[in-house]
This record gives sequence, C-alpha cells and structure tokens, in this order.
Amino acid sequence: MRRVLLAVVSTVTGLVMLLSFKTHAVVPAGAAASEVAPATPAASASSTTTTTTPKAVTSAVTKTVTGDSVDTRWGPVQVKITVTSGKITSAVAVVYPQSNGRDQEINSYAVPTLQQETVTANSASIDMVSGATYTSNGYIQSLQSALNKV
Amino acid sequence: MTTPTGPEPAAATHVEHVMGTVFSIAVRDPGQWDAAIADVVAWLHRVDGLFSTYKPDSEISRLRDGRLTIEAADPLVRSILDRCRDYEEQTDQYFTAYLPGGLDPSGLVKGWAIEQASQLLRQHGSSNHAVNGGGDMQLAGESAPGQPWRVGISDPHDRSKLLTVVTGRDLAVATSGTSERGDHIVNPRTGSIRHGLASVTVIGPSVEQADVFATAAMAMGSPALTWLDSLPGHHALVVYDDKTEVRTSSFHLIAASDHPV
Repeated sequence: MRRVLLAVVSTVTGLVMLLSFKTHAVVPAGAAASEVAPATPAASASSTTTTTTPKAVTSAVTKTVTGDSVDTRWGPVQVKITVTSGKITSAVAVVYPQSNGRDQEINSYAVPTLQQETVTANSASIDMVSGATYTSNGYIQSLQSALNKV
Repeated sequence: MTTPTGPEPAAATHVEHVMGTVFSIAVRDPGQWDAAIADVVAWLHRVDGLFSTYKPDSEISRLRDGRLTIEAADPLVRSILDRCRDYEEQTDQYFTAYLPGGLDPSGLVKGWAIEQASQLLRQHGSSNHAVNGGGDMQLAGESAPGQPWRVGISDPHDRSKLLTVVTGRDLAVATSGTSERGDHIVNPRTGSIRHGLASVTVIGPSVEQADVFATAAMAMGSPALTWLDSLPGHHALVVYDDKTEVRTSSFHLIAASDHPV
C-alpha cells in the first residue's frame, strides 16, 4: 500500500507522510514483532479503520506524544497525537485559544478534520487531497514538534 | 506498504513549512534526491522572502509601503507583477494583485512557486513527482509505474469527506474556497465579499493557471461555471453554499472510474 503510505492530505497528512516515512526507515518491516506491544484500542478510537490497511507485517506500535506549546497571536496551541504503526490515529489539540466564538468554531472542526482526513485518505486509496487549507501555524508547529518526538 | 525485499530504491518525501502553509514534495523516481529537494526548499524560502505579505522586509511589503520601487525590485518580483496583469486580462479582472488592501500577488505566487518547484525537480532528472502546497499541486508523471495520480477533492462543508476523486498523469489540481479564516476572497471590483460559492476546484496542466482560475472563479461567484466551462483544457468542480455540486462538461475526462460523473 505504497499509495496509502505516501498519501498526502492537505497540510496535515503531509506531516503524516513524513512520519510514516520516518518510522518505516527506522523500523524495517522485518523487525521482530515481539519487541513491540500489540495495538490496544485507544479510549477515543474512532479511527480503527486505519487498521484495515493491509500490511505485510502487522507489528503495531502505539505511542502517544504531546507537542510543544506554541504561542500564537490568539493564544497557546498544543497538540497531542497518538501514533499506531506509523500512522496518526488520533490528534487532539489539548490547549487551544477559546477566547472567542471564531476560535471555538475553528477548533470544533480542526481536530476532527485532522483525524478524519487521515482516515479518509487511507480508505479512498488516493495520493493527495485538494481543498481549502487549514493553515494554523501554531497548530501545525505543535503537531510537527510532536512528530519530531515520535 | 510493500515489504522490502532488498535495498529499497530510494525515492524521497519531504515536508516543509513555508509560505504560511505546508509543502509536500514527493519524488517517486528511484534515486537519491537530497540535493534536488534542498534546491526546491531553498527556492520556496526565497519566494517567501520576496513575496510574503506578512514579513515586513519582504519586497512586497516594501513595495506596499513605498520603501521600494518597482524599478528597483527583484526581477522575479517584476516578472510576477507583469504576469498578474496578464491574468487580470484573462480573467476579466476577477483575478488581481491590486486588492483594496494594497498590492498582494499571493494569489499567483503560490501556484507559480509550486510549478517552478516541479520544474526544478525535472531539471534534476525527476519525471515522476508531486509538489503540493497547501492542497494545490503539480503532479508530474505517475504516482507509481503504470498508476496515474489520484487526488481526492475534499468537501468544503464537511472536510472529513471527499466529494470525488480525479485521476491523471501530468496534471495540476488547485482548490480555492472560503477557509477557516472566513470568506477571504474579495470581489476586486466592489471590495465586497462574494457569497454563493463554497469552493472551486480546477484541474488543468499547470497549477499556476489552475490556482489563478480557481481564485478568479471564487471572486466571480455564481456566474463562474459558464466561464470555467469555456476554459480549454481545464475541468472544474464548483460547490455552492447550499451544497449543490456542479461539474464542467468535460469533468468526466479526469474523473476516477470508481467515482464516475
């Protein structure tokens, strides 16, 4: 499923792609599965569809990482991600600006978008997604810092 | 992901945060692409340094507040402003770099930068790659041997969904829409914000053109469909505020077979 691995969904799965690539480079597919814990369904797992991706070796590693808190002009943003087998299965803004209705509106869909775009890309067998972009720099920076820690 | 059966030929992927969004560069030809990608990244940052409206010392910022004259500007800046004028004519002034808020060629710069990045990769010998800048992309060659690129078009009303999938070799896809920043496309003729369209996706050979045409179509509002249908070699999907979707008459040519029109 090269197509899935290299999927780029707007801004966000671009980062997923980086992560997938990096993880694969570090952990060859032939690595001993016994070294890693099997995936356990996350409490908030609405993303189990990602596990339908056929993989030659189904060694599932689940890891949760919190990104740096990034100051934006609207306030701090901090993203927490859960990564299973090199894919982001959950991404939650644990800290985000809520001072006005616009912020709340943005955040009400930004996080579901992040998660769902990833899942959608995996299920539709596509390389890329075109769409008006979510470009919150703070969100992306915190997400990137989380990816860097994986 | 296929299981590596030996040393995997290196392709390359790179993600770069630049120009206020995220760029993804995916080279699908085997080989070492570090130098090529470094060139592309340097190019994108150079463009950002010249054209950013957020950086106070960019050439555009200095042109805006009179610290720089067009005559003294970088040749790239002059060339882009000239090209903006060409597009103003082609789009009946619906695309313009001269917005009520001041000079802002951003509507051309991103697509142009993406297309030039793809050209840079070609100069380095890659004929199969993607350069994606925040959802607008130039796709060269194929995604894998024998496989055309497949691009999902996201639903502006529910971005967890794809409206359709388009496919092809050597194509560009650009979407313009109202973003999380609110209705950000202004009708340059009136200074007012146009409603009626939620997003316009244009598919064609060049991401520079596709992006400009999508932006102009958003500014046009409802009459855009007729204009988009008249553009040779281009296909478009228009989504209205009321969630109606309309495709231009040639859209079936690039629709994926599992997503027929």
